Amino acid sequence: MTDQAYNFAYLDEATKRMIRRALLKGLAIPGYQVPFASREMPMPYGWGTGGVQVTAACLTPEDTLKVIDQGADDTTNAVSIRKFFERTADVATTEATAEATVIQTRHRIPEVPLTEGQILVYQVPIPEPLRFLEPRESETRKMHALSEYGLMHVKLYEDIARHGAIATSYAYPVQVEGHYVMDPSPIPKFDNPKLGDNAAIQLFGAGREQRIYALPPYTRVVSLDFEDHPFEPTKADHSCDLCGAGDTYLDEVITDDQGSRMFVCSDTNYCVTRQAEAEAGAAQ
Amino acid sequence: MTQDQPLLSVRDLAKMYGGRIGCTDVSFDLWPGEVLGIVGESGSGKSTLLGCLSGQLAADRGQILYRGRDTRQMSEPERRLLSRTEWAFVHQNPRDGLRMGVSAGGNVGERLMAVGARHYGDIRETATDWLGRVEISAERIDDRPRQFSGGMQQRLQIARNLVTSPKLVFMDEPTGGLDVSVQARLLDLLRGLVRDMGLSVIIVTHDLAVARLLADRLMVMKDGHVIEHGLTDQVLDDPQAAYTQLLVSSVLQV
Ligand SMILES: Nc1ncnc2c1ncn2[C@@H]1O[C@H](COP(=O)(O)OP(=O)(O)OP(=O)(O)O)[C@@H](O)[C@H]1O
Ligand SMILES: [Mg+2]
Ligand SMILES: [Zn+2]
Repeated sequence: MTDQAYNFAYLDEATKRMIRRALLKGLAIPGYQVPFASREMPMPYGWGTGGVQVTAACLTPEDTLKVIDQGADDTTNAVSIRKFFERTADVATTEATAEATVIQTRHRIPEVPLTEGQILVYQVPIPEPLRFLEPRESETRKMHALSEYGLMHVKLYEDIARHGAIATSYAYPVQVEGHYVMDPSPIPKFDNPKLGDNAAIQLFGAGREQRIYALPPYTRVVSLDFEDHPFEPTKADHSCDLCGAGDTYLDEVITDDQGSRMFVCSDTNYCVTRQAEAEAGAAQ
Repeated sequence: MTQDQPLLSVRDLAKMYGGRIGCTDVSFDLWPGEVLGIVGESGSGKSTLLGCLSGQLAADRGQILYRGRDTRQMSEPERRLLSRTEWAFVHQNPRDGLRMGVSAGGNVGERLMAVGARHYGDIRETATDWLGRVEISAERIDDRPRQFSGGMQQRLQIARNLVTSPKLVFMDEPTGGLDVSVQARLLDLLRGLVRDMGLSVIIVTHDLAVARLLADRLMVMKDGHVIEHGLTDQVLDDPQAAYTQLLVSSVLQV
């Protein structure tokens, strides 16, 4: 049921065109932060208003939408965004990664490899990877333009000096096509290798900061590191306690008051699918 | 580079602030390995001149040839590259020249990383070496500058600037704001580094004792103009301009 008080996908056509122009520019200059005039959305900042606007600008009536938050389809945030587009765009929704044409995500890349034609939309809180090192925006803009990124390595240097290893485990900075250094949003660094050479289009939207950036399919993306401290896409040293997967990103879950713990796939759809397949296999 | 070409050659340089003169009609040559002092009272245009020379301020007129190339005609990327390779700038206030939230080692390592160093162990080793050269104990390498005394901060700023062996170092009152005994030690250190590394330096100071100790030649500024220019001993011992005579005698009275 479409709520007729709104234009398709809530935003008016002029706004969507403006966002699409920013998206196209972002795709033409991979990793470059394109300013855009972020609109008020009927949800607070921090709920992914940047991602929601990008999704709204991409959706067509034929699309199938999946929304995940930290890998799960059933958190409050994911459910409310999915409902929002069911109501304002009347699009089909799914929890199955392979069936979705547009996936809006907060903090994860799905485990199932994405395919050509799919669009992955990230919600981004802070798009500027240099922010905490150089607060002056006039200066960071020049640093990006001239690819002056020594400062990013200063940050990694500080990490090693303090912790003995690169301790950054989320929002791990990457360099795109040998030029722009980009914040991949707070995905675990385990997901970083999936950013590069991905068949899908990856779009990043930061609402409060009014920035859009993008990775076209099959883009070269390199996680920054040192020769003697190479990048490592680490995860908990366990297998999933529910589906047995040994190669997925895991959440640690406390299961009772005694502090018992278990490790489960953070990508719930992937985990559930594997469990169902295992059951079907056992039943035969 | 040949010794028969000036490192820096400045002609008719001028910078205005609206209707007010910042500096004007400035011409001089700086030779490789030479230390040029710029002295003069407060507001005479020393920092303005240094800012124009180092590319931090845009001059209105004139020519600044660095190794034969006019830096005013260079593109900004070229100029910025120079600033982190062949040039260095030591600020009066270490806060302006250091990253206060970054460890001493990170501060010294930044310029190395800015020109492509990507081996943590090597960067750390070079940083340790440089801390030693400015008399900061190696065990302070992971401390933030905030935990350092003013003199240590200034020595750290110097290490951070010299680690990539620049050719030309700009300094604006590098010993200002420090206790006299701390100043003396810093001056000693600076003199040693300048000599050992064969640095060319342009140093702004209104402390004539600093000028005498460090500078081979002096330019005296007043109201944005260079009013006297010569070998340091000559200028200080036999000043020609009436203003310089006043400047020298007033210092002697202190
Ligand atoms: N940003 C500015 N805007 C306007 N006028 C300025 C500016 N900076 C400097 N001036 C003026 O230019 C002249 C030269 O100033 P400058 O800072 O170069 O002097 P200085 O010799 O470095 O003085 P000090 O010894 O106090 O540091 C002064 O008249 C000063 O008031
Ligand atoms: Mg000054
Ligand atoms: Zn699982």
